[in-house]
Amino acid sequence: MNLVEIKDILEATVITSQASLRHSVASVYCADLMSDVLSFSIAKGLLITGLTNAQVIRTAEMAAIDMIVFIQGKRPALQTISLAEEKNIPLLVTDLSMFDTCGRLYEKGLRSQSAAVRRPSIVACNEGSI
Amino acid sequence: MLVDNSEDGIFFLTGKDFTNAGTASSSLKAVLERRGIRQDIIRRTAIAAFEAEMNVVIYAVAGMMKYRITDTEISVTIQDMGQGIPNIELAMTEGYSTAPDHIRAMGFGSGMGLPNIKKSTDSLVVNSVVGEGTTLEFVIQIKDSQ
Repeated sequence: MNLVEIKDILEATVITSQASLRHSVASVYCADLMSDVLSFSIAKGLLITGLTNAQVIRTAEMAAIDMIVFIQGKRPALQTISLAEEKNIPLLVTDLSMFDTCGRLYEKGLRSQSAAVRRPSIVACNEGSI
Repeated sequence: MLVDNSEDGIFFLTGKDFTNAGTASSSLKAVLERRGIRQDIIRRTAIAAFEAEMNVVIYAVAGMMKYRITDTEISVTIQDMGQGIPNIELAMTEGYSTAPDHIRAMGFGSGMGLPNIKKSTDSLVVNSVVGEGTTLEFVIQIKDSQ
């Protein structure tokens, strides 16, 4: 699904300057915990979040997230928008709630493809290999 | 003739500097992209480096991130001057966290950092001395990079 389709479905505003039709996503991950995004999201997806700080953009950059939607009319600071533009990650703002944002995109066929929860066997000690 | 394609570098990290938190990992990611390393390997390295970098910014006074890239692996060492980890086994438990509320409000400190570094890397060594600091060393293999 491309950026314009998502914008229309969510009645959203695109707040970054270089956003183009070429941006499209195949799956969605939704969280306010960036730790969860880093642990469970998969590459090339859309992130829906209510957090607007610069770490959201950094998280998206590291996790190879392709697009971010901020819910409930939350707008990040200009500095954060500039960072997203620098990293070529389009940002959208919708007035919808988290639930309605997810619901509308689900209705149109987008799905989550989060990485399976994997619990590594952990053996730790204070000095040495884990 | 053998050609040495290895490359290394270092970034300095400042505690509590949330404006620049992530720039070291971002720079490392750019180095890996320039070398044409496979996207999924870059993503795992960037995620592990960023989690470790955030830990330094959240908990330590200062630190550094050193990397070495060869044809076969990426190794990253993150060393900090911080409070240290009293119980590494506990810190490796998903959900265990000592982060204050203002860190949680930024979306971090939910106790997933070290477990996620472990999950994203091929090997991880943690050394910590309470009151002095922590050193993380992780390695990610570069396989089938064609």
